[in-house]
Amino acid sequence: MRITVTVNGQPYTREVEPRLLLVHFLRDELGLTGTHWGCDTSNCGVCTVQLDGVPVKSCTVLAVMADGREVTTVEGLERDGELDAVQKGFVECHGLQCGFCTPGMLLTARWLLDRNPDPDEGQIREAISGQLCRCTGYENIVRSIRWAADASHSQEARQ
Amino acid sequence: MQVPAKFEYERADSVPHALQLLERYGPEARIVAGGHSLIPMMKLRLAQPEALIDINGLASELGRIAVEGDELAIGALVRHAELLDDVTATDLFPIFRDAERVIADPIVRHRGTVGGSLCQGDPSEDLSAVFAALRATAVIQGPGGTRTVPVRQFHQGPYETAVEPNELLIQLRVPITPGTGSAYEKVERRVGDWPVAAAGAVITVSDGVIAQAGIGLTAVGAEHFCAPEAEQHLIGRAPGEEVFAEAGRIAAEHCEPHSDQRGPADYKRHLAAELTRRALARANRNVPGSATV
Repeated sequence: MRITVTVNGQPYTREVEPRLLLVHFLRDELGLTGTHWGCDTSNCGVCTVQLDGVPVKSCTVLAVMADGREVTTVEGLERDGELDAVQKGFVECHGLQCGFCTPGMLLTARWLLDRNPDPDEGQIREAISGQLCRCTGYENIVRSIRWAADASHSQEARQ
Repeated sequence: MQVPAKFEYERADSVPHALQLLERYGPEARIVAGGHSLIPMMKLRLAQPEALIDINGLASELGRIAVEGDELAIGALVRHAELLDDVTATDLFPIFRDAERVIADPIVRHRGTVGGSLCQGDPSEDLSAVFAALRATAVIQGPGGTRTVPVRQFHQGPYETAVEPNELLIQLRVPITPGTGSAYEKVERRVGDWPVAAAGAVITVSDGVIAQAGIGLTAVGAEHFCAPEAEQHLIGRAPGEEVFAEAGRIAAEHCEPHSDQRGPADYKRHLAAELTRRALARANRNVPGSATV
């Protein structure tokens, strides 16, 4: 089946089997290996990407379901060579150790801040509750997302 | 790497089109929406449908939540996250807020649908007990038109529902009764898991006594996910801790939990009583105008 999926703003047309999962479409067909592939059972959340702006676990979405729609992966967060505020937050607050969960965490963090620019700690923990950090580095992940919220505010204040 | 077996894939562009596709592919076809029950089963080869009919494009027909007369209508394609975010639905029926907050996790809730949950018919699925407690009606469309089935007759056994192979669940309708409070209580082993046991309660208080009661039980082998004997005990009595505790005891007596990796049967029976009691007490507290708030 021929599908066209817009990934990080660029349309890609490919011939795929209906049973191909979105995570493998991104990694194997498009070579976008920033999206990680973990438990394969929609539990761990490392494969989280945004589908039309909403975080989904791409191991449990068929690539054909993304036909005609927009996908954002971690490769699409950077703008004009500048990291997104959530990426900067993870750098500043040591939000990653092994980095396996990081791409999925970043995409959920971006979605959360787009919806709620000033989340409290409880709201951040709730938002990432479907994603596992195998290093158990949750404290710093929460701090990183909070850092991004504060950085975005101070940037707005300067403008 | 888990890969589903091969299947034909069709995308429906309307409800009548979905029904035509069901006719064309026959009983081995499956409707897919969120896919968060079906796709994992296909990856494990526990399910091998010959065709998938994708209804994700039918949001304008099946994705609405609206008050229609004295009922709340919830489209089958409403995502869990959308129900949780719908203030009209969760203010009318706090049981939706309680239950949706503990169904899977926020990312899964972006995909999984209300109709899919009911049609999966998993004995541990939370919304089946919620809609049973609410005495909701399922609207099912087939080649001959639409028909309605009380949710209390919707489930015919584990993974079996009243929806025929050539039919589609399109909507749930929940009666809105003034003076009604509702709540859901769940015990799970870890965040986002299926329940060890759970209970939902809906009570309508009129002139200081319970005029109507609905109790839904999840994962404890309650027939049709409800507890009619316990409901009967409540009718005509003034709401109170003693009455709720007795209803919990009756509910636990009439369910049939099984021991499994989530816990032994006697523990689940204990939970059925205790969670029913707690859900009733909270439902009573959120009856509009309740003096016990």
